[in-house]
Amino acid sequence: MGSIEVKDLNLWYGDFHALKDISCAFGEKKITAIIGPSGCGKSTMLRVFNRMNDLIEGVRTEGSVVVQGRNILEEKTDLVWLRKTVGMVFQRPNPFPLSIYENIVFGEKIHGVGVTRASLDRIVEESLRSVLLWDELKDKLQRSALSLSLEQRQRLCIARLLAVKPSVLLMDEPCSALDPQATARIEELMRELKRDYSIIIVTHNMQQAARVSDDTGFMLLGELVEFANTDTIFTAPKDRRTEEYITGRYG
Amino acid sequence: MERHLDEVLQELHKDILKIGALAQEAIFKSIEALKNRDRSEAQQVIDQDSKIDELELAIDEKCIDLIARYQPMAKDLRFIATGMKINAELERIADLAVDIAERVCELADKPLLKPLIDIPKLSEVAQKMVRQAIDAFIARDVQLAREVALSDPEADRLRDAIQDELTNDFLSKDPKTAGRAVPLLLIARHLERICDHATNIAEDVIYMVEAKVVKHHLEQLDR
Repeated sequence: MGSIEVKDLNLWYGDFHALKDISCAFGEKKITAIIGPSGCGKSTMLRVFNRMNDLIEGVRTEGSVVVQGRNILEEKTDLVWLRKTVGMVFQRPNPFPLSIYENIVFGEKIHGVGVTRASLDRIVEESLRSVLLWDELKDKLQRSALSLSLEQRQRLCIARLLAVKPSVLLMDEPCSALDPQATARIEELMRELKRDYSIIIVTHNMQQAARVSDDTGFMLLGELVEFANTDTIFTAPKDRRTEEYITGRYG
Repeated sequence: MERHLDEVLQELHKDILKIGALAQEAIFKSIEALKNRDRSEAQQVIDQDSKIDELELAIDEKCIDLIARYQPMAKDLRFIATGMKINAELERIADLAVDIAERVCELADKPLLKPLIDIPKLSEVAQKMVRQAIDAFIARDVQLAREVALSDPEADRLRDAIQDELTNDFLSKDPKTAGRAVPLLLIARHLERICDHATNIAEDVIYMVEAKVVKHHLEQLDR
């Protein structure tokens, strides 16, 4: 069973048919990359997975998206549970204007029951260790998160997600604001995180998808054209449109 | 910083060493089979070849995936490109060991034409060149690679000597010796071809380490 199973997913923004009959299963504890040109629907699809599109007026979604046995498109879905289970990392790191410590425990303080100082300290340490920031920041936990570098901020945002124990991490162009070295380090981090989490990454950067992912999906004009093992997509894609896009002949 | 690519390149390195070891084993066994006129040992070499073929395909596929996924540059690219070529050379070497083994099977029931002298010498040169070429690859040792390439004329000389002797002393005097002389002639040729492939590996190693092409320019090796 996949971490997220999508069946006959369709989405309209008003009259615009943005996602067309998408079906696929995202692997458990795998990194799946979604690639495709701007406007192909890849970010829209990612936002379906934690119901972020609900915030946009005139959106209509059909089909099913199953996470841990529940169809999350159903009305009754507990969105707090969903967004804890399926966390999102954005293009530009967006820490709260609070201390590093407060950023990480923010979710736990809201959702947690019987929270103690010791338990929060433990969560901060575990989360920062998971994103390889603990040694750098353990003496600076009360500093403002805004004092960090862009890469550290992005790591902190990932740590903040891990603190609420998600099972799936969605990443929307997580490295587009970072330089190549910082990008390489975030990619290493993704490989580390894959041991415990399923990761779905949307990226313009085809090379990044090739380097980091186990599976890759190619989207075009709202369709999922091809979804396969990354080796296959980048060495022997089956669809002519995939081939044209990854060889730079598209458009 | 340790890159993920480094891990994958390490695996590729190990795979090439593995196919190298299998190719060396094939040559060694085919020559032992010849010395001992041992058909079952020759048959083992023939049977083992499919394992080497499979490994060659797996290495090739790994290299292509690496290029597609990591867009390697500079020394990483040279390592992968060289790895692909060395892989093909080693597989060919193993095929030549199979050819020798087949000749051994042809000869096994017939009395030996003459005591073997130059063929064992040539086989030693071939084994040494292959071993050194692989060692040069492992240690990125350009000096050793040059030595390998410079040994090739010795292999050619031995092959010529064997050819002359078999032709002049046997074939031209008594055509009925053909059934026993021709397999020996072919074995000399197979061994000499093994040396050529070892030379190619050595030249590839020089390219990998120094980004310098010495293929078809043997005069550059002396420097």
